[in-house]
Amino acid sequence: MYKLFLRSLISVLFLLGFSLNANAEFKVGFVYVGPTGDHGWTYQHHEGRNAVEALGIKTTYVESVPEGADAERVIRQLAQSGHDLIFTTSFGYMDPTNKVAKDFPNVKFEHATGYKREHSNVSTYSARFYEGRTLLGHMAGKMTKTNTIGYIASFPIPEVIRGINAMTLAAQKVNPDIKTKIVWVFTWYDPGKESEAAQALIDQGADIIMQHTDSTAPVQVAEKAGVWSFGQASDMQRFAPKSILTSIIDDWAPYYVERSIAARDGTWKQQDTWHGLKEGMVAMAPYNSAMGSDLVKEVEQLQKDLASGKAHSFTGPIYDQKGNILVAEGAVADDGMLAGMNVYVKGVEGDIPQ
Amino acid sequence: MNFDLNFIGILIGAIMASSVPLILAASGELIAERSGVLNLGVEGMMIIGAISGFALMIVTDNLFFAVIGSMLSGLIISLIFGLLTQSLLTNHVATGLALTIFGIGMSAMIGKNFVGIPGKEFPLLLDNLKESIPFLGPIFFGHSIILYFAFGLPFLTNYFLKKTKTGLIIRAVGDSPTSASNQGINVTLVRYSCILYGGAMCGLAGAYLSLIYTPQWIENMTGGRGWIALALVVFATWSPIKVLIGALIFGGITILQLHMQAAGLRIPVQLLSALPYIMTIIVLVVISRDSRKIKLNTPTSLGQIFYKEK
Repeated sequence: MYKLFLRSLISVLFLLGFSLNANAEFKVGFVYVGPTGDHGWTYQHHEGRNAVEALGIKTTYVESVPEGADAERVIRQLAQSGHDLIFTTSFGYMDPTNKVAKDFPNVKFEHATGYKREHSNVSTYSARFYEGRTLLGHMAGKMTKTNTIGYIASFPIPEVIRGINAMTLAAQKVNPDIKTKIVWVFTWYDPGKESEAAQALIDQGADIIMQHTDSTAPVQVAEKAGVWSFGQASDMQRFAPKSILTSIIDDWAPYYVERSIAARDGTWKQQDTWHGLKEGMVAMAPYNSAMGSDLVKEVEQLQKDLASGKAHSFTGPIYDQKGNILVAEGAVADDGMLAGMNVYVKGVEGDIPQ
Repeated sequence: MNFDLNFIGILIGAIMASSVPLILAASGELIAERSGVLNLGVEGMMIIGAISGFALMIVTDNLFFAVIGSMLSGLIISLIFGLLTQSLLTNHVATGLALTIFGIGMSAMIGKNFVGIPGKEFPLLLDNLKESIPFLGPIFFGHSIILYFAFGLPFLTNYFLKKTKTGLIIRAVGDSPTSASNQGINVTLVRYSCILYGGAMCGLAGAYLSLIYTPQWIENMTGGRGWIALALVVFATWSPIKVLIGALIFGGITILQLHMQAAGLRIPVQLLSALPYIMTIIVLVVISRDSRKIKLNTPTSLGQIFYKEK
């Protein structure tokens, strides 16, 4: 009797599930690595989601999902619960995304900053943040008095190393004496640790603080110590009004809107997107007038040149730390090289943690 | 690395500042554990303290209210734990874990409206002396009042537990609640008080983070410090002075490894990042080798539910 009841209950639930699925409206899911209130990386993805929601498309998000086993569970859950398009917004979701995509061929997946598209329903997208880093390097090289730039790095992946290299190359161009000091914190988001790292760099003579982590803690430490800083991922100006020279802003909204509409209308196709200043996926917050109008003009010009393709962040000759040539004179690094970048350029101190 | 005396002073000052939340939370938890209560909710109470302190500072614009309020909120949250474990006799471990999860979620909810607001400057004592006296200046001056309190607390706690009657009662309850109860001690009341005190200290530890250390509210800003404080209590074998030493070592290596990286020392970074944990464990194991002393300090009834015979 009991078994019969259980069986019928299961089949009823099954039918219910199917019918719900069949009638389900179009839904988009988002997986975030941090809290939506980080005012950095995740905050900007969330802004993108808001733009999709504003179109009247139903969206769901899950925040603070650790990169690892939990991520797969969350992505699978979203796919199972009738989401048609799922954005997974951190590098560490790369394998889980592809794994789940295999089991759900009808669901579309969009993975940020990764390179694996193992199934035809997985697209990848990223922004050319390094173009922003080039602008930062230019300003840093001009503004530093101690010739020491402090850089808080998260994890030794190509995206982070590319940023360090782009910044250093641009800074060297305007100031051959600069040194880049790097502290690896091995986290994307830990305000306490990030502020300790910023303080350590300042104590060791850095008068420019740059971060490839997501909280606003480093710029606040810089503000207190009276050194220059740059915001990361979103405009952090109000956290350090005197110290911040500009912020690199990730603007995902147009891409999210475009891809959501495509998926809803059935025109979604697998692709690999890498947009920069030109397309507006990377934008710069207003420049701090404290750096002087001449420098602001210079940087604005450089920004235009990078956007138009007249200038490139990685223009040869570029050497690695040992002096081997990476990019020949007059040439620019191709996207393949940029995507897999795993060596420091000449002038960066220390080794990449392995 | 730069090794002049003044720089070492700055370094020591930074190490002291980073160990404050650990000292406060661990000292509070230590009292609770000495009474036999294992409260794994430290992280949750800290994060509630952090958001309450910050929210009160924004709303009332008064740092005194903010600090007192953070302690009160830690206390209120720990009261939930007290009600569940002492009055309803639930399992300590499960309840404590639930408290942490609850605290993190609750703080994120309260904090929604306080994200992105820059904090207020917290007054630092004798900040001018910090610059003018080399070496000793940055060690002794230019800190918040909470830091001085935190550094006095382990000694006060030690004196309290060893030399006062109330301290003796707490230890008696922790070692043998049944005998203590037979002596006419109200075990439940003693444990309640210790839980509430622990909650208040954890709240203060959280407020230190959101008001002074990184003056802002960010979700999850305690970043696991509550768990480290919990571990410190065990590794320090329930001795307040060793808690202080452990917290300083932990803070010390954390700060030092960042400086070693910034100085470009070629040591594997992953090893450096793991160093605070490894060193703290090693040192505390070494300083607590005397097994007799450990037995003397260990609350025998830790985590056990006390049923009063009626």
